[in-house]
Amino acid sequence: MSSPLIIRNALYLGQAVDIAVRGGVVESVTPHEAARRSFPADTAVHEAQGLKIFPSFADCHVHLREPGYEYKEDIESGLRAAAHGGFGAVMAMANTNPVNDNASVTQSMLAKARATWPHGPRLFPVGAATVGLEGKQLAPMAELAAAGCAAISNDGRPVGGAELFRRCMEYARTCGLIVIDHCEDPTLAKDTHMNEGETSGRIGVKGQSVVAESVQAARDILLAEYLQIPVHLAHISCKQSVDLIRWAKERGVPVTAETCPHYLLLNDTELVNYSPMAKVNPPLRTPADVAAMRQALADGTIDILVTDHAPHAEHEKECTLDEAPNGISGLDSAVPLTWTLVRDGVLSEHDFIRRWCHAPAEIFNLPVNRFAPGDPADFFLFDPEERWVLTPDAMHSKGKNTPFLGRMLTGRVKAHWLGGVRVV
Amino acid sequence: MQEKHRFTWPHKDLLDVSQLSLDEVNHLLDTGEQFHEINRRPVKKVPTLKGKSVVLFFAEPSTRTKTSFDVAGKRLSADTFALTKSGSSITKGETLKDTALTLQAMNPDVIVIRHWSSGAAQYLAERLDCAIVNAGDGWHAHPTQALLDAFSLRNHWGRSFAGKTVLILGDILHSRVARSNVQLLTKLGASVRLCAPHTLLPAGVHNWPVTVHTSLDQAVQGADAVMCLRLQLERQQAGLLPDLSEYATTYCLTARHMAMANPGALVLHPGPMNRGLEIASELADRPESLVLEQVASGVAVRMAILFLHATRKDGGTK
Ligand SMILES: [Zn+2]
Repeated sequence: MSSPLIIRNALYLGQAVDIAVRGGVVESVTPHEAARRSFPADTAVHEAQGLKIFPSFADCHVHLREPGYEYKEDIESGLRAAAHGGFGAVMAMANTNPVNDNASVTQSMLAKARATWPHGPRLFPVGAATVGLEGKQLAPMAELAAAGCAAISNDGRPVGGAELFRRCMEYARTCGLIVIDHCEDPTLAKDTHMNEGETSGRIGVKGQSVVAESVQAARDILLAEYLQIPVHLAHISCKQSVDLIRWAKERGVPVTAETCPHYLLLNDTELVNYSPMAKVNPPLRTPADVAAMRQALADGTIDILVTDHAPHAEHEKECTLDEAPNGISGLDSAVPLTWTLVRDGVLSEHDFIRRWCHAPAEIFNLPVNRFAPGDPADFFLFDPEERWVLTPDAMHSKGKNTPFLGRMLTGRVKAHWLGGVRVV
Repeated sequence: MQEKHRFTWPHKDLLDVSQLSLDEVNHLLDTGEQFHEINRRPVKKVPTLKGKSVVLFFAEPSTRTKTSFDVAGKRLSADTFALTKSGSSITKGETLKDTALTLQAMNPDVIVIRHWSSGAAQYLAERLDCAIVNAGDGWHAHPTQALLDAFSLRNHWGRSFAGKTVLILGDILHSRVARSNVQLLTKLGASVRLCAPHTLLPAGVHNWPVTVHTSLDQAVQGADAVMCLRLQLERQQAGLLPDLSEYATTYCLTARHMAMANPGALVLHPGPMNRGLEIASELADRPESLVLEQVASGVAVRMAILFLHATRKDGGTK
């Protein structure tokens, strides 16, 4: 159990506060120095010096690669990147080897997380929707739920058959879990390497149309309405999809959705020089899509931010575009990258916290710190002005694959406590 | 020869025609004309590139283009080495990075690359010190083909293509020949039309500097040249075409079409031809067909390309 702690003079939503922590939970949040109190002799005092304090964020879409692909990332290194990135909870997708489609895989992942990061960041495995992610037979979701999975998803290998996907939604509901769908029609997306459009046509690369995503988003929305079962749409990337989600929400369909920093900051012209670092699935879209994504995030059509953290080994991206695997390593840089949206006036600071923390906790039933007495003392200090360059050395993930390498970021996580224990 | 090449070639590599200015295109084609003259001599060999080495790296098979470069190199007395998919470790299993390191170790002056990946030539160019000549990368670019097509047309039309209309017909979507020709022909002043069924047109084509047609009868009217593209027969299996006879009925260039084109209109084809599918057989053999002229032009233009890139460092500027 952690010793008592005071964080002095932190900025919480614009107010200078002192935060008292006892027994791993928030004891009180008071205006800075408003009430000078005497604290027990063993109280640690951390002078925040006016840095912003945020509740630890949740990243509901990461790939930690363990078991099976530890050369790309493992649970220890993935959680280290999460801790340094400001994340207190991560949800890890099931496309490991073996696939997380049974309790023993789930349990071994959880054991590894507890052993390497006993105080957190906390790992919430996401179970496969179908056995081996093969899209043929339902995975044992009750077993996965009992073992500790927080959601169900075939991410990476979307379920193309509408009938089977319906059954996934229904059965997951029975087990008390929500299905996260990677919206991609497998036939429309086959063998594609970037967004289909002006740029792909010009540079001669087979492109993926926005309808490859939106046609499946539409399917999921219609199923969710028909079944009255919630569905969560993963890493939405284009205007067509957000138009559908907005329409669905107006009708009261139980649909939620996420997007990633790269869909808000980059467009498909990143690929004019065939840069494998910018290859991601769904692909980076057009500037008009980026504008639509920003709008949708601001108005709440997109509920949450996630990284879709997809680390790869260096040699795997050292190739031509069509040979490169999809994915951006995101945990280390996501918070500063999306802080840009606050600086640009797209998001209020309140909504920034909501999209990264409160909304994910609500959708996936995760522990959350709202700075009320008794809440878990999970928070980090953030310097909103610090400028730093994203270099491989500055990243804690094993995966250094990001198109933001070499770019100047503004804002940096300076310290991070989980359950009152300092982890960074 | 040296006297005429005071022009310092500014490019390390030839990746795409978009990198060339109009002056550079004309200089390259003029240089080709001088080599064309050598190719008509009884002894078709000059010592210009003696001691230089040219690696022909063809990850994707192409007898025509490879032979054309090989002949071009040999006529300039360069040593040419072929690194092909069969007979070496260049398979889809070896990464292009490893291949690049192997090629670098051979320390060649020029590498001519043909590869299935769009961007492969640029990938090598960014990593290797020697000149990289793109002999076709994926669907992206085939600059030497476009230059030889322009060279052939120039022999008939002269240096300016202003007022000329060129129709490019066939599988535009997958065609690096089409992409490079659109850029080069418009740079030379021609108007370009494209004609294909919608399934074989790239995204965003309506923003290219061309007019786009799906009806060959309309597209061919008033054309001064028609450039047929090779159709990969597996496009039918890929679901892009219903069947090849229907394609031939709709898009095969025939004498009837050429009667609607401008008088004396020329016909080009990068070869090898699928006779009766892309181009009526009898049309391919008529005098206005430049098909064989294109082959001869190919050697001359590729001699110019090898010469300009292999001697660039000798010119003093890097
Ligand atoms: Zn996914």
